[in-house]
Amino acid sequence: MSLRSPLGRVLGHGSAKEGTGHFWSQRLTAISNAVLGVWFLAAMLGMESFTQAELRAWIAAPVNAVLLTLLTLSLARHASLGVQVVIEDYVHGPLMKVSSLIVMKFAHIVVAAAALFAILKIAVGGAA
Amino acid sequence: MAEFRLPANSRIRKGRHFPAADGAKNVQRYVVYRYDPDSGDNPRMDTYEVDMDDCGPMVLDALIKIKNEIDSTLTFRRSCREGICGSCAMNIDGRNTLACTKPADSVRGDVKIYPLPHMPVVKDLVPDLTNFYAQYASIKPWLQARTPAPPDSERLQSKEDQEKIDEPAACILCACCSTSCPSYWWNSDRYLGPAALLAAYRWLVDSRDEATGERLDELEDPFRLYRCHTIMNCSQACPKDLNPARAIAATKKMLVERRH
Repeated sequence: MSLRSPLGRVLGHGSAKEGTGHFWSQRLTAISNAVLGVWFLAAMLGMESFTQAELRAWIAAPVNAVLLTLLTLSLARHASLGVQVVIEDYVHGPLMKVSSLIVMKFAHIVVAAAALFAILKIAVGGAA
Repeated sequence: MAEFRLPANSRIRKGRHFPAADGAKNVQRYVVYRYDPDSGDNPRMDTYEVDMDDCGPMVLDALIKIKNEIDSTLTFRRSCREGICGSCAMNIDGRNTLACTKPADSVRGDVKIYPLPHMPVVKDLVPDLTNFYAQYASIKPWLQARTPAPPDSERLQSKEDQEKIDEPAACILCACCSTSCPSYWWNSDRYLGPAALLAAYRWLVDSRDEATGERLDELEDPFRLYRCHTIMNCSQACPKDLNPARAIAATKKMLVERRH
């Protein structure tokens, strides 16, 4: 049992003086996800067939490759920020919380890097 | 991790039943959470049948009648009985509200009454609000100004500026909002909760206050402020029809604006 005063407990380590950057980034990436998501959905619905050759040709087109890269970055950033909030909400043990945050951040970076590599390989890598 | 089940000693058991007096025609059943820390027993739900023809119209009237005439051990807070002191805040029919302004006939079926959710219980319907009050104190709910007050008059404020604090200043600190907020349930040790944030906003928009920057500095924190996920239970629960969710959103907007 702690004999620290209730006000002392509430004041804790003080304000982290951050959080607004996270809040702002989450909203910016929500906007970019919405715009790029609509573009991606429309493009997929407009595909005549989903053969590997046609999809590779579509990804290799410069505009598509750039927009797909942006969509990947935007989705990965947004998902990372969102899952961070979920972990901070529900995981309370300090060791468990920090290790979950580290694994989560790395996982998002790995997935985003793999997706970007795949897009670049198709767009500028030449032969299959 | 978050706990989704009550600890074994907090699980609620069936309690006692107090039937209505003979001849009662208009009977309403009150199913009330009972917990006595001195007994060592688990909490239980006691059922009281109340003759509403011989009782005032509000849920608080029924609780007072139960305490006076049926079971004097029932414990709850009450004072003004007109919705201005905030003492009788409790969870009635699944909603946090004030027993004194909740009409008994607005509840269909049994009237289920619990203490404010996710708070330590002192006894029966009395929650421990120590942390809640400390959070209110932490936002420094008083005027902070470097400019000395005029020697012969009050600090003046335009009518428009006064109207900005009208609503947030009407909070009675009943804790209905904070204890309805899931984010507050999981993180009340670090998240200030809607009531304290509404109080903070009341001073942020006070034209006479000169500590806006310092106040925003103190709020800018992933837990103190940004645990609010705009669930808006707070605005739905408020028995005074205030809107803490809007005040929190406005505070976040102020923090974004000062960066750009």
